[in-house]
Amino acid sequence: MKKENSRRSFIKNISLATFSAIALSGCNGAAFDQFLQKNFKTLSKKEKDRLIKELENKYKEKYGKEFHISDKPALEGTLFGYALDLSRCVGCRRCVYACVKENNQSREPQIHWIEVLKMEKEKGIDFTHSTAQYNPEKVPEDGYFYVPVQCQQCKNPPCVKVCPVRATWQEPDGITVVDYNWCIGCRYCMAACPYGARHFNWGEPNVPVNEINTEVHFLGNRLRMKGVVEKCTFCVQRAREGKYPACVEICPVGARKFGNLLDPDSEIRYILENKRVLVLKQELNTQPKFYYFFGI
Amino acid sequence: MNFIRFIRECIKIIFRGSKTYYAWLIFLLLLLLWGGYGYLGQITTGLIKTHMRDSVSWAFYIGNFTFLVGVAAAAVMLVIPAYIYDWKPIKEIVIFGELLAVCAVIMCVSFIIVDIGNPLRFWHMLPFIGTMNFPSSMLSWDFFVLSIYLIINLFIVTYLLYCIFYGKEYKKSIVLPLVLISIPMAVAIHTTTAFLYNALPGRVFWNSALLAPRFLASAFCSGPAILLILFQILRKTTKFEIKDEAIWKIAELMVYAMFIYLFFTIAELFKEFYSGTENILYWKYLLFGIGDHKEIVFYSWSSILMGCIAFILFLIPKTRKNFLTLNIGAVLIYGSVYVEKGIALIIPAFTPDVLGQIYIYTPSLTEIRTAVMIFSIGFLLFTFLSKIAIAIVFEDYNIISLKPGKKIT
Amino acid sequence: MKGRFYRNFKIPVFLITLYSVLFFGCKSKEPDNYETIKVNNQREEIKTIAKDEEYAVESPPFSEGIFPCTDCHANFPPNPVRRKLVEWHEDISAMFNHDSLNRWCLDCHDLNNRNYLRLASGKLLDFKESYKLCGQCHGEKLRDWKVGVHGLRTGEWNGKKEYLLCVNCHNPHSPKFKELKPEPPPIKQEDIK
Repeated sequence: MKKENSRRSFIKNISLATFSAIALSGCNGAAFDQFLQKNFKTLSKKEKDRLIKELENKYKEKYGKEFHISDKPALEGTLFGYALDLSRCVGCRRCVYACVKENNQSREPQIHWIEVLKMEKEKGIDFTHSTAQYNPEKVPEDGYFYVPVQCQQCKNPPCVKVCPVRATWQEPDGITVVDYNWCIGCRYCMAACPYGARHFNWGEPNVPVNEINTEVHFLGNRLRMKGVVEKCTFCVQRAREGKYPACVEICPVGARKFGNLLDPDSEIRYILENKRVLVLKQELNTQPKFYYFFGI
Repeated sequence: MNFIRFIRECIKIIFRGSKTYYAWLIFLLLLLLWGGYGYLGQITTGLIKTHMRDSVSWAFYIGNFTFLVGVAAAAVMLVIPAYIYDWKPIKEIVIFGELLAVCAVIMCVSFIIVDIGNPLRFWHMLPFIGTMNFPSSMLSWDFFVLSIYLIINLFIVTYLLYCIFYGKEYKKSIVLPLVLISIPMAVAIHTTTAFLYNALPGRVFWNSALLAPRFLASAFCSGPAILLILFQILRKTTKFEIKDEAIWKIAELMVYAMFIYLFFTIAELFKEFYSGTENILYWKYLLFGIGDHKEIVFYSWSSILMGCIAFILFLIPKTRKNFLTLNIGAVLIYGSVYVEKGIALIIPAFTPDVLGQIYIYTPSLTEIRTAVMIFSIGFLLFTFLSKIAIAIVFEDYNIISLKPGKKIT
Repeated sequence: MKGRFYRNFKIPVFLITLYSVLFFGCKSKEPDNYETIKVNNQREEIKTIAKDEEYAVESPPFSEGIFPCTDCHANFPPNPVRRKLVEWHEDISAMFNHDSLNRWCLDCHDLNNRNYLRLASGKLLDFKESYKLCGQCHGEKLRDWKVGVHGLRTGEWNGKKEYLLCVNCHNPHSPKFKELKPEPPPIKQEDIK
């Protein structure tokens, strides 16, 4: 009896083992690798390079375009700051759509990293009575002013504090970034952000192939997948190459300014020194690096 | 291998039962299938099938999660009065309370799994293999505390049932410390969940210091309600003995909790409505609506009404001691807290959103179906576990009676 | 006899010599950002020259064929009378809205050489340095512009600064920005399916 039992159990075990081995090997090795892929911050240089190569190949296969994924780290001695001239913004939303194109945001379902709010001049900065849905024939409208809001890249970011998996962190140059391969999509950061700057891919993002920007940064504007959070990264793929973010370059009235807060000769420092700046929701002590000022 | 035998015998219990039992099982299974198919749509297309959007990024699922954490906490908190007032069936109370807690925690975790965008990446939250953001993130704390609570409760209940099954005396040195730990753990899980919301200064509606106390009070005034009804059923159908006075005592304790909860709510309302700052908007949306948007006004007022009626029913000794009104009150308070945690806590915090824009949220069919799926899983699990517990504790289902030759009744 | 002459007139002679030396010796030195140019082969005028490494600006947005102005203006005598133009440049004159109560064409354009603009002092400016002309009245804007705070930034934030001229954005004859048609508003979240 015992012998039979042991033989039976032996056969059972062996067949189980073989089946599982076949099943696992049959699984796509790449999918398995992706499942086990570690947090970006913990990867070594070699692992990072390999990951980027894999991604470039994957994107090329999917979209038929050559991608150039950069993982350029922060430049030494930089801390990015941004200033927006409230006296000049006319609410034309060119910045919104330039950002969409530059950063490969999903067109459907639509994601905008920048939201422009129309507010009454009489009330001043008052979110409760603002609207993002204005659509007149011409802007600016009499009696109203416009406040574009995007990620404020806070010095004391509440989103970084609450992420349960450390998928979002602030880089040494002050840009708060998201590792899209690590984010579990719990949206705690979205609940924590007081500026509504973080956006979620509720469905599979869709970017028309002919509008894809192939100059991407791993932590910035590379193509995202459903179920992850994304947000403005001060165009990290451009800023770390010395270029201005797309929103700065497109603004037709020159309301947007960008620069290195650690450089005493930068225009952003000039603004802090000579124009009176304010930050949104200052009482929350998030210490944004996105300043609003009145240039005229 | 005794343990494996124990598990095998327990599983056998699930397959015996009356026609009503099977009818109940089939009903739950049908709900599960209906719900599961809805959830399948969400897995393939994404969370876009829910009505959550950027403005209201947490809603029905998280509301249910919060409510169930309360149930899990309260189920075990009942152990305290059982111990203090020296109720005879304290062991049974502990077992059933913890079984309820285990099912509730499993439902909580299920709600989280269906809510996150990438459920397969849950392992990122584990320490050492993933990168747990402990102690900074309250979600990591919650995950940590809930896991420990689940393990403790599962262990106690399994150990107790195992001991009874094998006719052994359970070792007090193992059980007692764990039971004693599980009580502050119960408080801890609900407080941590409250802190989850409290940690966000950007969400003004949740930024009140009273949030955690209110959570505990509402948990304690609703959680025992299930057990109240369950004990009455057990009393009628099994050898379970519990004095009327014990049940009335439970109801009395719930009254204290309800009163505290009422007082806290009035304190919150006074602070907002008297100061009249802009923060009033969230409460206004909850109670009176903003402009034409009055979607949750019905729910918030019905929750308040149900709670008040339950409070009065439990307060007056005559209605408390009458089992009909007692049970009506229990159902009412349960419903009241469910609506309050599920809808009245989460949604007003996001309406209007941080930039003042209003997005009106109502649960989509997918969300309802998924919730039904999870609740039916929870009910199924609780049915099975209760059946096992009843068989082992009250019906002499043990190793001796299972010896070949002896028939099991 | 000789000694007395010397003794009496020592100081006046000294002074006369000193003044002569000063008068004829020191030439008036022009600042090095001005040069004299021959205008219409007749008079000499003084024009400012940009220090090349100063501001890397875009080129002025001339309409096609309009420059050099002397292609036409060399052929007839200049008319300094303040009036509304009707034969040529009537389109500009019609839309002119730059302090039109007090200013007119020849406050900025030089009377005798239309290839240059002119500062209030009379000094001439190349069109490439038109910002100096705008800066006469709009000093704070010029100060901000020089740092890069006024106007649209081009180039690199950590490289050599590049600039747009004032007139690349502001039409000098009607500088106020026209209203724009806004891009579409975001899709309402209720409509995202």
